Amino acid sequence: MKPHPSSQPSNPSSIGLVAPRKACFDTPLKLKSGATLARFDLAFETYGQLNASASNAVLVCHALSGNHHVAGFYADDRQHTGWWDNLVGPGKALDTDRFFVVGVNNLGGCNGSTGPLSIDPESGQCYGANFPLVTVEDWVAAQAKLADLLGIDSWAAVIGGSLGGMQALAWSIQFPQRIRHALVIASAPKLSAQNIAFNEVARQAILSDPDFHGGHYAAHGVIPTRGLRLARMVGHITYLSDDQMGEKFGRQLRHGQHKFSYEVDFEVESYLRHQGDKFASVFDANTYLMMTKALDYFDPAYAYDGNLGAALANASAQFFIASFSTDWRFSPARSREIVFALLHNRRSVVYAEIDCAAGHDSFLLDDAHYHALLRAYFQQIRI
Amino acid sequence: MKKQLSSNEYRLKAAARARFDFAVIADWIPPGEHILDLGCGDGTLLRYLRENKQVSGYGVEIDPARVLACINNGVNVIQTDIERGLSGFGDLAFNHVVISQALQAVHATERILAEMLRVAEEAIVSFPNFAYRDNRTAIASGHMPVSEDLPYEWYDTPNVRFFTIADFETLCDKMQINIRERIAFDEHGQAVLDDPNLNGSLAFYRLSANPSAKPSKQHAA
Repeated sequence: MKPHPSSQPSNPSSIGLVAPRKACFDTPLKLKSGATLARFDLAFETYGQLNASASNAVLVCHALSGNHHVAGFYADDRQHTGWWDNLVGPGKALDTDRFFVVGVNNLGGCNGSTGPLSIDPESGQCYGANFPLVTVEDWVAAQAKLADLLGIDSWAAVIGGSLGGMQALAWSIQFPQRIRHALVIASAPKLSAQNIAFNEVARQAILSDPDFHGGHYAAHGVIPTRGLRLARMVGHITYLSDDQMGEKFGRQLRHGQHKFSYEVDFEVESYLRHQGDKFASVFDANTYLMMTKALDYFDPAYAYDGNLGAALANASAQFFIASFSTDWRFSPARSREIVFALLHNRRSVVYAEIDCAAGHDSFLLDDAHYHALLRAYFQQIRI
Repeated sequence: MKKQLSSNEYRLKAAARARFDFAVIADWIPPGEHILDLGCGDGTLLRYLRENKQVSGYGVEIDPARVLACINNGVNVIQTDIERGLSGFGDLAFNHVVISQALQAVHATERILAEMLRVAEEAIVSFPNFAYRDNRTAIASGHMPVSEDLPYEWYDTPNVRFFTIADFETLCDKMQINIRERIAFDEHGQAVLDDPNLNGSLAFYRLSANPSAKPSKQHAA
């Protein structure tokens, strides 16, 4: 194989200091559920420069617990780098010297965009459980409003992993003329019964927490921490592979001996508790519930009698689809469903099945081959 | 006997000569077709066909480094193992399916041939002929052949099926595969007319699944 002239990073570095911005939209947004949001805000960040013809814009869509802080760090919190900082930056695979990259907190989120924690203009109170259920398609519609505001007619690319990949796929269906490349990573065209089942366990953990108060916990001055914590713990198990968990924790004991109690015996218990605690302290329970429903409802083939090829018939973007060998949440077979639906339509597709031990969360890691593929693909994108 | 080159030197010579077998395949592909290239390597053939024949289509490759090379070549590549068959690819989804010097590296020979003729109207197959004169000479002298068309040592070859023009045509006959055309070339890229199973180093076939037309005996070596 011939080495590509620019396949080596030219001293990649962090984008550095960034600051979140807020876009306010005063025109009503009709949601898929039938509900309408009279107005909404979206928190977003941008990295790099939009070129004169606005042809170099890339939208990064986040997954379940992500947000608009994709890369770099804030002046008042230099330790807290963006969730995809290993991918996005000067000289990195998604090179901000070439592309104008946009990260956005989705509608219903809890990091600055309008969501359950926002004030409902009708009642003057926090939305809480009254915030309407939003779908992947609603997110895409809201992201399109942001693109309008930023002067972006068409994205050079929309990229996302997991639930983020579903947004990239939805973009190609909803706005075929506004997306030139869709990068759909560790994703699926719809959830399986098992996927929905795990989501339901997570939801029940939150809904049955006595502090949940039917979603109006804020009015009671409490947070359903125990439910959120459990929800995150069960979710986290599905993000990792059995092998990786075995390698990381095995049956290691926290105290070197069996304690014969329900305190932490095994290291994996300690890890899960830590992940749960960390998450419960920063994430909103209503947002989590809504995100899991958005996942469950996503199924572009639903309106086409289950025919994904028919759903993608009008998609004109070029596609990069990737899966990870040890991902059992959205296994390679799920990505192949998307690939073959695209092949059926004779769309331009690259599909990579990446050997990586880290399960579903592999898409967030900087595996050398994975990032080389993304780097090569982005280099092929004309701007 | 001519000077023996190393398998590496043969590999370089074969790479330099690559355009020759591309041209043979391109000759059989009408412009604008939709094609599938199995074991597409770094995608050079597909790129050549796209640039010279305006074809669309996909390459299929299992090796991660070659998948990356395909992306760098701007070629649509699907990473999958053709040993598992071509399920997912629709019936007659392609005008042509090509397997260029990769059939000998596939275990499930019959399955892949049947699958190829399911997904495309016509299959183009090329492979090194193990019964080529120089290969016979090598075996007669007590060694496995190493040549431009077999540029590997026995211990590092990706090839798993060792067959001849005569063997291949027997299999086509058994599977009721119609041989539409065959061309064989010697190691210098010269077309061979006389006794191709002895004088041909590399063989190219156009195959179809039409069982009503039995393989013509004139193709038998």
